[in-house]
Amino acid sequence: MLQAVGQTSAKGRGIRRAGKLMLALALLSAAGAPSIAAERLQIVSVGGSITEIIYALGAQERIVAVDTTSLYPPEALRTKPNVGYLRALSAEGVLSQNPTLMIAAEGAGPADTLGLLKSAGLRVVLLDEQPSTKSVIDKIDEIGRLLDLKEPAQALSTKVRKEFEDLDARRKTIAKPLRVMVILGFQSGRAMAAGRKTAADAMIALAGGINAAGAMDNYKQLSDEAVIDAAPDALVMAQRGDDDVLPANIFDHGAFKATPAAATHTLIQMNANYLLGFGPRTAQAAHELMSRLYPTTAAAKP
Amino acid sequence: MSAEAATAAQVRSFVAGRKRRTHLGFLILALVVILSVVVALTSGPIAIPPQRLWALARSTFDGQSSGQSSPGLARDALVLFNIRLPRIVLALLLGAALGVSGALMQGLFRNPLADPGIAGISSGAALAAALMIVLGHHITGVDAALMQTVVMPLAAFLGGLIATMFLYGIATREGQTSVATMLLAGIALAALAMACIGLLIFISDDRQLRDITFWTLGSLGGANWQKVSVVAPMVTLLLGAMPFLARGMNALSMGGAAAFHLGVPVQIIKTVCIVLVALAVGVSVAAAGTIGFVGIVVPHLLRLAIGADYRALLPMSAMAGAALLVIADAIARTIVAPADLPIGILTALIGGPFFLWLLLRRNRNIDL
Repeated sequence: MLQAVGQTSAKGRGIRRAGKLMLALALLSAAGAPSIAAERLQIVSVGGSITEIIYALGAQERIVAVDTTSLYPPEALRTKPNVGYLRALSAEGVLSQNPTLMIAAEGAGPADTLGLLKSAGLRVVLLDEQPSTKSVIDKIDEIGRLLDLKEPAQALSTKVRKEFEDLDARRKTIAKPLRVMVILGFQSGRAMAAGRKTAADAMIALAGGINAAGAMDNYKQLSDEAVIDAAPDALVMAQRGDDDVLPANIFDHGAFKATPAAATHTLIQMNANYLLGFGPRTAQAAHELMSRLYPTTAAAKP
Repeated sequence: MSAEAATAAQVRSFVAGRKRRTHLGFLILALVVILSVVVALTSGPIAIPPQRLWALARSTFDGQSSGQSSPGLARDALVLFNIRLPRIVLALLLGAALGVSGALMQGLFRNPLADPGIAGISSGAALAAALMIVLGHHITGVDAALMQTVVMPLAAFLGGLIATMFLYGIATREGQTSVATMLLAGIALAALAMACIGLLIFISDDRQLRDITFWTLGSLGGANWQKVSVVAPMVTLLLGAMPFLARGMNALSMGGAAAFHLGVPVQIIKTVCIVLVALAVGVSVAAAGTIGFVGIVVPHLLRLAIGADYRALLPMSAMAGAALLVIADAIARTIVAPADLPIGILTALIGGPFFLWLLLRRNRNIDL
């Protein structure tokens, strides 16, 4: 048994050396070429916002596979092979799609799989995935550069930047920011709310609100007392699908009855991916949220 | 001496009736292992037909010059030798380790529900892994890649060993280890570890939570030769000790006191058993997360088929465990291709119904 293992591993090492040599040659020839995009790019897109940006640039036919977080546009997962969850990728699975480039959100992995992919000669580019306006614009520019689509990318990032600037201007007109609570769902009647260090927290700030659940980090279930203590002026329900059941009479019972939001019946429902995806539609989503939070003020109209 | 001879005679007569069946069993299992490896080599999201396999093998033995003949061949060689083969070898090693460890732990603890991780390895390793997933960055300050490839596996391995040493220390009084104490202390430790993991889950974010889930379901997805070279020595140690342990376990199955009076070094057997299983399972868990069910189902399955003689049971558990894991992994990487299914789901899906079927077919109760 031991002997057999020793033999196979020695053989594997020999092949790996050969593989590294081939990789080095491939890299040399790539460096000599004028542009990588001159040849046909075959992209594995890993990360919801990355897939969304590639589609927005009209380059979807270059995508050979996506991951399970690529929820928008819906046809991405419907028409492209799915390489799995971005943290649990399979090396052979990715390679079976014959890609020449993998663009992935920071944190994609596992690291061993990324190592195998790189040793197989696949170009792997990881993009920053912070929920911030800068990160969205940087991602668009970087993907435009990678795909050699600088002009459409510049058009898109200029448009998005303009939308964010308009948003900043509108936000300045808000006299009294509302306390906003983003709810991701209900588990046995308790609300799962977004605290600090979440995409929802960044979105609330963009839309000119204050995170009512800002006393905690990450997404957590809130107790009734915590809901009352948070005193949200508005509830935002991030819907993951059409079948999300929202307690219709949420303001009639439980802790929510005692919140300021109940007095005005302020409940805003938005698609979770649209609201929290931090892709090219984020500025739009923030505009929409702002308009719905402040319908009667100067900030109401974009 | 005469007592030892008597034991041997007793064991011999017990085995005699089953000898032919055992030989046949070895033959069948050997074929199953070989077949599973061949099937696993030829299946995966990248189609490599058997004749291509032959061409690859030939070009490897002829030298590297023929590798340039076709670019497809070069890629297939890379996939086969750097991705698929290390996965298969790792599956063989882990399956063998889990199968043997399960059989040993069930015998040692005289408990049919014992699994390879019962001596604290799984709880300790899971807690250490969860700790690294959620707080590793703050504790060690290393980057994500180093964390996943080195720090987390190392922490899981050490966590498992520390937990086992702790339990062993609690259960050992005046040089005698009480397996009953160890079993009960293990349950308390598992509950404690689960509570701590629960706490970590509570403070974790979305991604860390999913990482913990995937880790506990196990995966051979990140297999490479480096992992194989770390796992192989530990597992070989366990497999090498099988003949020695088998004699001891056969005697122990008559009870600790009886075994002691028969001249079997009971305490040494216990210690060696726990240490070797902790090393082999610890390194397995570190390499692929927790893979359930193999260690419970495989030994029981074989007990039903060939009886409880550990001299046959241990090597057969190694072979059957290896085959089961190789097949499960082959399915894991093809069934949802190009994605990977966590292997723990498949070992239970394959092993569970088969085991139930065997139990139903059987018309008398099992004993260990």
